[in-house]
Amino acid sequence: MSEVIKNVACPYCGACCDDLVVTVENGKILEVQNACVIGTEIYHHASREGRVGSPRMRQPDGTYKDITYDEAIDYTARMLIKAKKPLIYGFGSTNCEGQAAAGRVAEEAGAVLDNCASICHGSSFLAIFDTGYPSCTLGEVKNRADVVIYWGSNAAHAHPRHMSRYGVFPRGFFTNKGHRGRKVITVDPRYTDTARCSDIFLQVKQGHDYDLFDAFRMVMRGYVDDVPEIVAGIPKEKILEVCDIIKMGRYVHIFFGMGLCHSDGRNHNVDIAINLVRDINEITKCTIMAMRGHYNIAGPGVVWSWQFGFPYCIDLSKGSHAHMNPGETSSVDLANRGEVDAFINIGTDAGAHFPIRSFEKLGSRVPMVTIDPSVNMAATVSDVHIPVAIVGVETGGICYRMDNVPIQYRAVVPPYNGILTDEELFNRILNRMLELKTEGIECDGKWEYAKPLPSLIPVKIEPEA
Amino acid sequence: MTEYIIKNGCVVDPTQGINSQKMDICIKDGKFVDKVSGAAKVIDASGKLVMAAGVDIHSHVAGPKVDMGRLFRPEDKLFRSPMRGKNTRMEMGFSVPSTTKTGYDYARLGFSFVMEAAMPPLEAAHVHEEIRDTPIIDEGAMPVLANNWFLLEYFKNGEIENAGAYASWILNATRGFALKCVNPGGTEAWGWGLNCITIHDKVPYFDITPAEIVAGLMETNEYLRLPHSVHVHANNLGNPGNYTTTLDTLKLAEGFAPNNDFGREQVMHHTHIQFHCYGGESFKSDSFESKSKEVMDYVNSRKKLTVDIGQVTLDETTTMTADGPFEYHLTHMNHLKWSNVDVELETAAGIVPFVYDPATFIAGAQWAIGLEIALFAKDKDRCFVTTDHPNAGPFWRYPRIYKWLLSAKARNDVIENQLKYGGKVIDRTYIGELADKEITLYELAQMTRSGVAKALGLKDMYGSLKTGLAANVAVYDIDPANLPSDPEQYEKAFGSCFAFFKDGILAVEDHEIVNYSMPKKTVWVNSIVPENKQVKRDIRDKFLHSYTIALDNYAVFDEHVHNPYAIKVDITS
Repeated sequence: MSEVIKNVACPYCGACCDDLVVTVENGKILEVQNACVIGTEIYHHASREGRVGSPRMRQPDGTYKDITYDEAIDYTARMLIKAKKPLIYGFGSTNCEGQAAAGRVAEEAGAVLDNCASICHGSSFLAIFDTGYPSCTLGEVKNRADVVIYWGSNAAHAHPRHMSRYGVFPRGFFTNKGHRGRKVITVDPRYTDTARCSDIFLQVKQGHDYDLFDAFRMVMRGYVDDVPEIVAGIPKEKILEVCDIIKMGRYVHIFFGMGLCHSDGRNHNVDIAINLVRDINEITKCTIMAMRGHYNIAGPGVVWSWQFGFPYCIDLSKGSHAHMNPGETSSVDLANRGEVDAFINIGTDAGAHFPIRSFEKLGSRVPMVTIDPSVNMAATVSDVHIPVAIVGVETGGICYRMDNVPIQYRAVVPPYNGILTDEELFNRILNRMLELKTEGIECDGKWEYAKPLPSLIPVKIEPEA
Repeated sequence: MTEYIIKNGCVVDPTQGINSQKMDICIKDGKFVDKVSGAAKVIDASGKLVMAAGVDIHSHVAGPKVDMGRLFRPEDKLFRSPMRGKNTRMEMGFSVPSTTKTGYDYARLGFSFVMEAAMPPLEAAHVHEEIRDTPIIDEGAMPVLANNWFLLEYFKNGEIENAGAYASWILNATRGFALKCVNPGGTEAWGWGLNCITIHDKVPYFDITPAEIVAGLMETNEYLRLPHSVHVHANNLGNPGNYTTTLDTLKLAEGFAPNNDFGREQVMHHTHIQFHCYGGESFKSDSFESKSKEVMDYVNSRKKLTVDIGQVTLDETTTMTADGPFEYHLTHMNHLKWSNVDVELETAAGIVPFVYDPATFIAGAQWAIGLEIALFAKDKDRCFVTTDHPNAGPFWRYPRIYKWLLSAKARNDVIENQLKYGGKVIDRTYIGELADKEITLYELAQMTRSGVAKALGLKDMYGSLKTGLAANVAVYDIDPANLPSDPEQYEKAFGSCFAFFKDGILAVEDHEIVNYSMPKKTVWVNSIVPENKQVKRDIRDKFLHSYTIALDNYAVFDEHVHNPYAIKVDITS
């Protein structure tokens, strides 16, 4: 007997579409409606052959052997206690309950707690620290915005339903003509599929976004005559045309992506974008929003801000207070400097995302646990891989959309093979840590069972100096 | 369960008319009882002050904008957070403390209940997540409704029953406590970068005025017979000359009568009224003036009004309010960073750091106006101490405010030694007239306990030491029979209570937090109204066409509301 579950929120991108219709039968997913092709795959993945149904530990020969949750939890708890500065990184793909539980574990362990923003919109955080964040929820864009700018972001591919649900096409309350009533402007060095859906495409010279923002600001502040004939590859007349559209708009919104925060200038690009928003607000209403990548990558920033006051790069190793200093306490930099002596990769894939040189230092030198439903690159070099329930498929919980609106996720099937959720797992790790501490296990930095990687794993081991 | 007896304390409890009487307070099974067995653990409170635990009517402690205030201000943590204690978790933040610090600090102050002042309904789940992570204190949260498209339309058409049905649905969906009104109409106008400055400015498109919105909310509130009244943050906050708008808003309460079973007597609570009592035309010292007397004369003459002060504490802090246009205005005044979140169909929020610098005239004048309001209030059961945390200062500065109210000496010391323009402040405000005035501990208990609980409609749960109530009680190092000559003792004693019981469980013992894992409550109002098909249709329609989330995902799921405690109000019977 199949069952149809409606209003399911999707665990793929930061658009957090919550209108999925999922048909299930006997704990298997048969059909997914309304989702984009990537979201659909996440659901079907849950029902495919080859899921990992039990924690696994790597053996000396490089193969993996199934172990129990108790063993995996004991390993992780010991590792966290014994390590002087463990790093717990990831969290883009889990729910806030898991992130909150991880916060408690990290505090008890004196760990560094970091999330994927560290290698993604972290530079946007730096700009927000300096300049603020005049933003809105996505419904404001849908209902009011008549000028929408995608800057350094290819929504058509990275957030497949973003344009249809929020940015370009929807008919909102004050925007009942849909895309025909909206001017859409895309700024990108490449002619992307998002650009193809736009009224105006500005092909900015790569790495020169800051210049173009500067030109926009000059126009908004009345220094038109001083704008050069060409800025960042864009002719002055085109810039003036776009500025006129912005000034005529009733409600202007800017979506920016990694094209800003990870091209030359980084946080400064975002900084000047926010300052442009401030300038436009002198003329008409304007808001801005970061195109957050994963469905709950906004979550750790929100959760840890209420737990520790910082969104990312949180060093709890002092024990007395939390400390954030990106560059010093950010995951990649810690790994590069070899300051980490244990590593948990959770709800992401540091193996795929970190620079290879920094991941080598983690993968080849320190004990490593991966907590993830699937076998990703980090899992293939971990000492222990602990599978967990897929949020939005096998467990619910709260996830924050890119505009920081909490979306309540649903479970549509029971967890495969009875595997734990992230929250349950972290709670049990915490309890085990407290037990072990009363048994006298303490932080000594001595790691008796860190196994060197066998040579068959294609990770380069640096010769010891 | 453990029994306790707080022995030989000097008790102040306005709900029973007890004013500094030496007596014992007995606790058993989480409640106040008349007597306990000999096995009861003794807390020696001789020479100490015993009061019911404090109740905070308006404090921004949990939710999206509070958290944005934490997120975008790392400097609020740097060298401004205490070191972790023995029995406690890390506590981070100065003006916007982390959830753990919030819970601990309220416990240290001896508070048991805190009302989160503004919950955007769309983001209610966030508020409840933070409440879960805030230890010790009971909390409630007020959904922000004065710019809600549904209500604007119902009020425009004079459909109070529909407004009631919708408001009731929102209270249930968000697990909210009361109807909050922030810059009525002005925040919706902010969706277009505009504002409503007076109560007669039209809201764009909706063609309704703030006056109609506030009146509509009061009528809805009394129709629903809710425990708390409408909780108003009026238009024109923070601007010189705004006291006329304030008086206009307060006068809207005429013609309404309280209608509830909770002993509440007011129909409007005007919050952080200090920000609304300004005269003059600019912030310059030759123009700006206090109008606290004019406003408080009116408040004193109307039993149907309550206020809280929103006292400026002369700190660097973080302002945050659903009054989006005001924060935009503020960032132009101090040129500091500005965050903003407009929430679809409902409300907005703005956040700007702010320094109330005693070296400026205006901070001194604001400081004086807050204290004037408290001192002018004739009925202390209708005027409450707040800082509109963290807007005028962090809540953990309450003890300092108590000091300024209890001791004229402490107040005058600020004017003479801390304010750079103390003389000008005296010229432009009433603080000089009040130079000798002091409140008593009894009045303080009214302003922080009994009066607050009554105004919230929670007098049968909080703010009292009556037998049978939940045992929430604080003991302070102050001897009412021998009041300290040094006013600093007040700040010290009220800032770190000697002992504090939450629901009969010892949370603070000998000034240290000893337990923070006791059960806590999320208090909400389960409002029941007759079935209303029109409103059901309207809700479906708005979710189909305007919201970006599905109707079925809007109401907070039961699993995301932690330790709910429902107050049922049924108007169908």
